[in-house]
Amino acid sequence: MGSASFSWNLVGDFQQMWSYPFMVNAFRAGATVAVVAAAVGWFVVLRRQTFAAHTLSVVAFPGAALATLAGFALSLGYFGFCVAAALALALLRRGREPGGSGESAAIGIVQAFLLACGYLFMALYKGLLEGPQTLLFGSFLGITTGQVTTLAMAGVAVLGVLAVIGRPLLFASVDPQVAAARGVPVRGLSVAFLVLLGAATAEAAQITGALLVFALMVLPAATAQVLTARPGLSLLLTVVLGFAATWAGLVAAWFWPYPLGFFVTTIAFALFLLAHGARLLSTALANRIASATIPAGAA
Amino acid sequence: MNLYLASAGANAWSQPFFQHALLAGTFIALAAGLVGYFLVLRAQVFTGDALSHVAFTGAMAALAAGYDLRLGLFTACILVALLLAGIGRRGKADDVVIGSAFAWILGLGSFFLTLYTTSASGMNDGGAGVRVLFGSIFGLDAGQTLVAVLVALGVGVAVMFLGRPLLFATLDESVAAARGVPVKALGLAFLVLVGITAGEATQAVGSLLLLGLLAAPAGAAVRLTDRPFRGLALTAGLAVAEMWAGLAAAAWIPRCPPSFSVMAAASLVYAATYLRRPTTRRSRTVTA
Repeated sequence: MGSASFSWNLVGDFQQMWSYPFMVNAFRAGATVAVVAAAVGWFVVLRRQTFAAHTLSVVAFPGAALATLAGFALSLGYFGFCVAAALALALLRRGREPGGSGESAAIGIVQAFLLACGYLFMALYKGLLEGPQTLLFGSFLGITTGQVTTLAMAGVAVLGVLAVIGRPLLFASVDPQVAAARGVPVRGLSVAFLVLLGAATAEAAQITGALLVFALMVLPAATAQVLTARPGLSLLLTVVLGFAATWAGLVAAWFWPYPLGFFVTTIAFALFLLAHGARLLSTALANRIASATIPAGAA
Repeated sequence: MNLYLASAGANAWSQPFFQHALLAGTFIALAAGLVGYFLVLRAQVFTGDALSHVAFTGAMAALAAGYDLRLGLFTACILVALLLAGIGRRGKADDVVIGSAFAWILGLGSFFLTLYTTSASGMNDGGAGVRVLFGSIFGLDAGQTLVAVLVALGVGVAVMFLGRPLLFATLDESVAAARGVPVKALGLAFLVLVGITAGEATQAVGSLLLLGLLAAPAGAAVRLTDRPFRGLALTAGLAVAEMWAGLAAAAWIPRCPPSFSVMAAASLVYAATYLRRPTTRRSRTVTA
């Protein structure tokens, strides 16, 4: 971080960066997190559950704070809190219309209360001087090989479950009524997906920090779904975009002394804006072609 | 034990910092409750969430540039509120678009935080980020309290003024639009009010927790009554009572941050509404 200067000798730059084991670990962890977050995030965007995703991602912060205070493993705190919050959200949304006023209020209250708990844990634990900002905004320094292995195993588990429930979940997300009529367990899938989302955010929060997991989940998926409506293609595009933004962010954070989260979100948001611009341009072009071929009176 | 607690409480009550917190807190809770009620009815809590994070970025940007923190808070919140209302249809933006925008704004916030804590003026102020994120209501001085009270009063009056047409536009948008209610303009004005409230409440409970102040009293009131104006009054009452309970708890319990006790009181009240049998909800669940 700021220890090297950027030159246009790209190969040399890359070799220098790659010669540090912690950087190699950062790239490996970043790749895992990006792929898992993108795959889960694709369903989040499809199901319009961004608020729930944001809530689960910030809940990683009180989990980590409690783990620090009580002295147990950080991963346990992350996973425990995120999965518990996912179950709480699933319980609170029972019998509500999705996206209705009652549900969004309930999500907001869960989020605010758990964050307040995180603040309390932090206040009780006096030794945490630099802690909160690292927990919230993440740090890619000092990721050990053991952590990379843990991340990879958790990632494989999440992707495996997603592969199993993927098809019915897609059906239930696109048309819940028809899916329910065809015997797809819509409610069970919705709970399973929230828990999966909790596990994925817990995994991702360990490297990007609680606040920025959300960016990795939403931005690549939102970009891909603007570009194409075909499920398979846009899922693939989401993973590629998330991966590219994370690695580019890591490279940038190596050469400039600003936080990783800033670079990752900026790159991903720039891609999002470009995709929207491209779509606006193409619809404008299509309209012009259409108005040129159809007589003016008919339009 | 009780005597000791009472005397500790009495000490806090006579301190000027506690009186400032009580005064500012009451009005902030009032404004946040009133705005929050419409936020919940319009299912725009996520927009409130986004604006609360914008408040963090705005405050950090102002600190990094060397201005007063509040200037950044209000400017950023109002600008983004206008933007979110502007890009959405009828003054409401899509959740995915809101999420994408504020993910980036958060990243920007972490950038300004680094910029500030590594600059000469912010070097010794490492707690600034935490203060903005989690609030410091016991740190308000007389001048800040006065500004907070005046802004909150302004927001409250504006909500009262917009209340009836806004309620109409919220409950039945199409009919309201057909009857000539300026739905889009109302949505815009309302989000600006949310932005001002977010900037205001950030000083009390911090940008991460202000969502609770917006959503919890209103969420409880919506569960307790279906009548809009009774709900609005109930929200305001609950918000103020929760703020008082939280501040009193923070004064009595050592090492309990006021932001936590206010949130805990608000969440408890909301959870308590689940004990009540939801008789008025039946018609809605049947149609859903």
